[in-house]
Amino acid sequence: MADVVLRLTGVTKRFGPVIANGDVSFDVHRGEVVALLGENGAGKTTLMNILFGLYAADAGSVELFGRALPPAAPRAALDAGVGMVHQHFTLAENLSVLENIVLGTRALWSPSLGRRRAVAKIDALMADYGLRVDHGARVADLSVGERQRVEILKALYRDARILILDEPTAVLTPQEAEDLFATLRTAVARGLSVIFISHKLHEVAAISDRVVVLRHGRVVAQAATAETTPQDMARLMVGGDIPAPKPRPAKPGAPRVDLVGVSTDGLRNVTLTLPAGQITGLAGVSGNGQGALADLLAGLTAPTAGEMRVDGQVPTDWSPRAAIAAGIARIPEDRHGTGTIGDLSLTENSMLERYAEAPMSHAGWFDHGAARAFASRIIETYDVRCPGPETPIRLLSGGNMQKLILGRVMEGAPKIILANQPVRGLDIGALTYVHSQLLAARDRGAAVLLISEDLDEVIALSDVIHVMSEGRVSPGFARGEMSPAQLGQWMAGEGFDRAA
Amino acid sequence: MTEILDILLSASFWAAAIRIASPLIFAAMGELICERAGVLNLGIEGIMVVGAFAGWMAVYAGAGLWMGVGVALVMGMVFGAVHATLTVPFGLSQHVVGLGITLLATAATYYAYRIALPEVTSPPKIDAFEPYTVPILGDLPLLGEALFQQTPLTYAAFATAALTAFVLFRTPLGLALRAAGENPASVAAQGLSVTGLRMGAVIVGSGLMAVGGAFLTMSAFDSFFFEMVNGRGWICIALVVFGAWKPGKTLLGAILFAAFDALQIRLQQTPIGADAPYQVFLMAPYILSILALVVMSRRASVPAALMVPFNKGER
Repeated sequence: MADVVLRLTGVTKRFGPVIANGDVSFDVHRGEVVALLGENGAGKTTLMNILFGLYAADAGSVELFGRALPPAAPRAALDAGVGMVHQHFTLAENLSVLENIVLGTRALWSPSLGRRRAVAKIDALMADYGLRVDHGARVADLSVGERQRVEILKALYRDARILILDEPTAVLTPQEAEDLFATLRTAVARGLSVIFISHKLHEVAAISDRVVVLRHGRVVAQAATAETTPQDMARLMVGGDIPAPKPRPAKPGAPRVDLVGVSTDGLRNVTLTLPAGQITGLAGVSGNGQGALADLLAGLTAPTAGEMRVDGQVPTDWSPRAAIAAGIARIPEDRHGTGTIGDLSLTENSMLERYAEAPMSHAGWFDHGAARAFASRIIETYDVRCPGPETPIRLLSGGNMQKLILGRVMEGAPKIILANQPVRGLDIGALTYVHSQLLAARDRGAAVLLISEDLDEVIALSDVIHVMSEGRVSPGFARGEMSPAQLGQWMAGEGFDRAA
Repeated sequence: MTEILDILLSASFWAAAIRIASPLIFAAMGELICERAGVLNLGIEGIMVVGAFAGWMAVYAGAGLWMGVGVALVMGMVFGAVHATLTVPFGLSQHVVGLGITLLATAATYYAYRIALPEVTSPPKIDAFEPYTVPILGDLPLLGEALFQQTPLTYAAFATAALTAFVLFRTPLGLALRAAGENPASVAAQGLSVTGLRMGAVIVGSGLMAVGGAFLTMSAFDSFFFEMVNGRGWICIALVVFGAWKPGKTLLGAILFAAFDALQIRLQQTPIGADAPYQVFLMAPYILSILALVVMSRRASVPAALMVPFNKGER
């Protein structure tokens, strides 16, 4: 076929005995969006690294625009017109947008940056693809969505004909994701091809023309998106049915946390009750006060007005230490930044909140054996895939890191669980596991606060749903009381205005 | 107070300040290039000693003055290459390697001095750079004497600062260097070699440090003494921070520090000097530098990947 832009034939890559990619073959055509689906560890990243010359394949060939790609040549794919937007952006934050885009596009010894021509080209690209960014701005001052636009502009500036996006929506708000999809549709209409790596099946269904499913390094299915369903895709990815957790009705108990008219920097007159044995869902677009609420419950801030009661008492000295002592366990939103310390081992990370208590320490002395045993128990019970308890945690995948955090939370037998975006970026297997653990904690009598931007997640799991908008919290709605569309209106702030 | 005002208004005072600033400008530009690429070069103090000795020795052995500067440059680059090899591909601690290079370079210089001049008690003199009055500009009142009656090496220092600024901010090479110091992954993602860029920056930067050292023996004085560099390298490290990693501000910082230094020398000869111990005056530039540093560098943005080794393929 003349319009095949990328053809993989029998690509195989082994790491020791592990087959990362086994006989992977598929084509990408001009002007289509191909979704590459697969759980973490299914071999998607290895495949992309082979394409970009970071690894050499043991067998098989890669053809770009009808020409064989030389193995392990880092610039070859770039020069042939493949642009990659990594999940973790490769931008220099202290440089301007323009500088990030032109980096590496001119011969190093050339005496000028060609700034004027670059600006003209970038302006044209921004107009063509509806990507608005101020090219004089420092990348550090941009939002995540804007940074992603810079990455896409970088690829387009290099005249990329194939765009590869690795988990592009993991970090975006729903609105930003919509904008991204609009850009991708424009790109495809202009004859570009897109490889979309994701495990958000609704998005895959919405944007892609074809899906290629990888499992254990092999292509297990290829199909036109129109001829398959998200349920089918999920089954193919996991290799069987995943039982969605079917929550039994909650048996709410006494209120663990009571907020009455609480305001802080970011919260406006919030009234909210978290009873024992209930999952309370908090829906809303991120940046509407969820962070402020999480900080309050974690002990990082105290109310400036109103009253907060924990187990019926107004805490006198509210701090993270006091929050932990009150039995509040946290799954933080940013698992890299606040959830873990990357260079410390799994053992050290597992005891961050309780290093000073028995059995981790006695009279001020650490008991390393007990700490390691504790970490090993978490690793085993919560299926954390890792080389061992002494591994630095930064070497783990996001899913496994989250499982360690989950284990740390659950092993403390918490009375209150603060779960802020607990499954962001996780694949279906890990996601289902986290959800079932939250449900199990609920059934044991914990009060769970689930903060999520994913409305489907909130609806599936929560016994009572509140909506946040501009620092305000809506009244609670029982399961099934509101349709997603009605909740969406509250998320846009409409219900609050009527109630006020 | 009128003494201070008199000093500040005299052309000879500013001429001295510019002269004292020149070696600092060379070395600080060298350090700035290294740090912009992500490598802290604490070898600067020792590399300046090497440059001071190598340039002077070459001229003493019969080379021309500019050839002497060239020898100093190359010797600086040799020590820079050692530093770069240890810190960039091997990713060793930049603090330890830098201090090691300073100790090694200083000791090696001492050794070479003893080998080259076993008999002498006081180091021989050379015919150093003479001041060159720039036509027309040199005749300007005040400004002429302060700026345009300097030695050629001082003019070269200012040219170096301008060139550094141009390369860093106006060329693809400079952009790649700065990106290597901010986020090396962004450079690697474009198929460029982070290792090559950083090693190049350290080697060239070290060459400039050595030229800064050579200024002391070939332009400021006409002979070589140990203790001659006397902490100027460390001052340059502070100047780069003071200048927020920008060549222009770093240049101004060097002139400011040099002006403090020139001022304290002159103040010692005034009635004020008779009242206070001379150590107070010697301290003054350093104390004022620290104060300036506190005020100026609050909002400075450090290159994000400074002192972070880069290993391809690692998270």
